[in-house]
Amino acid sequence: MAKKVGDLNASSQADIAFLLLIFFLVTTSMNVDQGLYRQLPPPQDKEQENHDKVNERNIFIVLINKDNQLAIEGELADINGLTERTIEFITNPKDKADLAEKVPASKKLEDAQKENKAEDAKNWQKLIDQFGDIGITKGVVSLQNDRGTNYETYIAVQNAIVAAYNITRDKFSQEQFGKVFDELSADEQKLVKLVIPLNISEAEPRSVK
Amino acid sequence: MAKFRKGGSRQMAALSTASLPDIVFMLLFFFMSVTTMKETDYKVKIKLPNATEVKKLEKKSLVSYIYVGAPLASYQGKYGTEPRVQLNDKISNLVDIPDYVESERQAHDEAERPLLTYSLKVDSDAKMGIITDIKQELRKVSALKINYSTLKTERKGNY
Repeated sequence: MAKKVGDLNASSQADIAFLLLIFFLVTTSMNVDQGLYRQLPPPQDKEQENHDKVNERNIFIVLINKDNQLAIEGELADINGLTERTIEFITNPKDKADLAEKVPASKKLEDAQKENKAEDAKNWQKLIDQFGDIGITKGVVSLQNDRGTNYETYIAVQNAIVAAYNITRDKFSQEQFGKVFDELSADEQKLVKLVIPLNISEAEPRSVK
Repeated sequence: MAKFRKGGSRQMAALSTASLPDIVFMLLFFFMSVTTMKETDYKVKIKLPNATEVKKLEKKSLVSYIYVGAPLASYQGKYGTEPRVQLNDKISNLVDIPDYVESERQAHDEAERPLLTYSLKVDSDAKMGIITDIKQELRKVSALKINYSTLKTERKGNY
């Protein structure tokens, strides 16, 4: 007959667990990584600029010089007004001649069909079904900075421009769905993104006076 | 009060601590699962800028970090005081970035490679010159998804 094994003393289990617990407590850093996402333009093979395709009125030029001063469309400006100016530019509520142009969604659908982009055409069709034949902004925000610009200022300006887009999307979502952009379903978000596309162009590096 | 006391000296039953390990283990597992070990030691000073429109970085495994800032005091003798690039554990040069991108790509499956994001952790006091150079290097090797790492603050104003 096998010898009976005595009860294993488990009272130190708690101590071991505590030790591990304290180790993980100390090494834990709860902060989540977050930031502003940006897509870089693909590398340019040719020297040619494709700016001629974009009309002058559809470019919203934001310059930051080496002294961290801001110029919007060639005039010295303050960063506090940047978000508002950008919103006005992309939405162009009064159809001013010097702000971004709009193309009707039906035109976009035609273009997509012409170029045989079935996927795009399907999306535009969905958009027209959902919102009607609304105008899609052609506006592009062009951000140019000097090598001497402070990173902090650059991020503040990036942030102000992204804020303008987020606010515009939120407002549009609120009108159409009665919810803010973040609460929409993925499909609805895709449609809103089509209506208000995030177009920030960062020019090739050059010095800004 | 004395009339409530029956039978003289009655001892309080010992509190059972049998469930204590369970509770501790529960906490332990919680912290184990939320812990992210610090991926590298900073050799450069990084004070992140603030922004309001931040998005969380999804899928930590698909994120590679590039640190930029002035070298810490103990490294200044070797690397100077101007902002430098840190890749992994080493203070590096701009020309090392393509190699770094390549090694990051090799470390992932082919399917995941297009999803790799490069998170730029840059000190607020850095100048855009070095950032522009980094971006050009990244573009050269078609690493186009980037993220400017920032801290979150609340949006001011009445929108």
